[in-house]
Amino acid sequence: MLKNFEPNKIFLITSKAPKYVLFVFIIIISIGLIEALIISPEDYIQSHSVRIMYVHVPSAWISLGIFSVIAILSFVILIFKNKSFILIAKSLAPSGLVFNIIALVTGSIWGKPTWGTWWAWDARITSMLILALFYIIYILAWRIYEDQEKVQRVTSMIAILGLINVPIIKFSVDWWSTLHQPASINIFAKTSIHSSMIVPLALMTAAFALFSLLIFLMKYNTELIKIKNKGLDRL
Amino acid sequence: MYGKKVKLRLLFLSFIFLIVALSVFLILKSLEENVVYFISPTEIKNLSEIDITKRIRIGGMVKEETIKLNQNQISFVITDFKNEINVTYSGSVPNLFSEGKGVVAEGYLKDRSFFDAKKILAKHDENYMPPEVKEALEATK
Repeated sequence: MLKNFEPNKIFLITSKAPKYVLFVFIIIISIGLIEALIISPEDYIQSHSVRIMYVHVPSAWISLGIFSVIAILSFVILIFKNKSFILIAKSLAPSGLVFNIIALVTGSIWGKPTWGTWWAWDARITSMLILALFYIIYILAWRIYEDQEKVQRVTSMIAILGLINVPIIKFSVDWWSTLHQPASINIFAKTSIHSSMIVPLALMTAAFALFSLLIFLMKYNTELIKIKNKGLDRL
Repeated sequence: MYGKKVKLRLLFLSFIFLIVALSVFLILKSLEENVVYFISPTEIKNLSEIDITKRIRIGGMVKEETIKLNQNQISFVITDFKNEINVTYSGSVPNLFSEGKGVVAEGYLKDRSFFDAKKILAKHDENYMPPEVKEALEATK
């Protein structure tokens, strides 16, 4: 099964995929933005600033999701010496970091009119900042080390240790008193966002997921071409 | 199925992961006092001794019908539905600050039931809905 992820096989797909992903992304982001900015209602208490949520929440979800995927791939890389996952993990990081920063910035912009402060050192916000630092260290580590063997081990280790932070982010609002509100969307309990606001949220999440897939594919193809040009037939 | 080396690496990695996760847990546990963003009126009440020189944050709900404005000063009661604390503050409050809503006050304790706030933050809850839905909810109450 894992053989299907070998770069020379996967490149046949990944080199053609971006244009289709871009096409679907443009359609979904257009509908999503119309829903989020025009059609969806304002909130009963925060008025129009609720619209920031449609960017903030999907970005946060995606940055958490991507980091978790990188960590799981890294686990396989370290244990089974899987070569195919290395480039996948490496190529996922930039879009994860971008969405992490978007989540922090939009949260700050929302916090000023709502809470009355740009920043609070509460558990949710601080742990999200730590995630961003993990992303930065992960990406920097790829640039710092020359030795291929070493760089794989170091980056994978960073991702695996960073995974400890992921449940802390998720449950920070339940474990400690925070300024950040608890989760509104629950799989096992009642969702406290009105259905008219769920539609743009879901669309924007899909759009951002497609966008990160697009960035991932472009980065992945670039990495593969780099390796080919170096004349290396191994990773 | 897998070689000895794979098993050894799995064991080693799981061990490191668990050790680090456990250390993080213990660190956070011992720093709990600093990790929490605010404390509740009940926690204030249960403190063995209070430090009036330390800047702290207290949080809870603004009790209904307790906001009073006189000249530059605003006073209200923060409640966690078990205990209450009286807060005085002079300055501007965020838009979302209102009765029955969450609030975090940063400042100094005068004693166990009086708090002198230097900064007021409004806390938003997890409920999002359009105004019409809110009105309909109110009407059915």
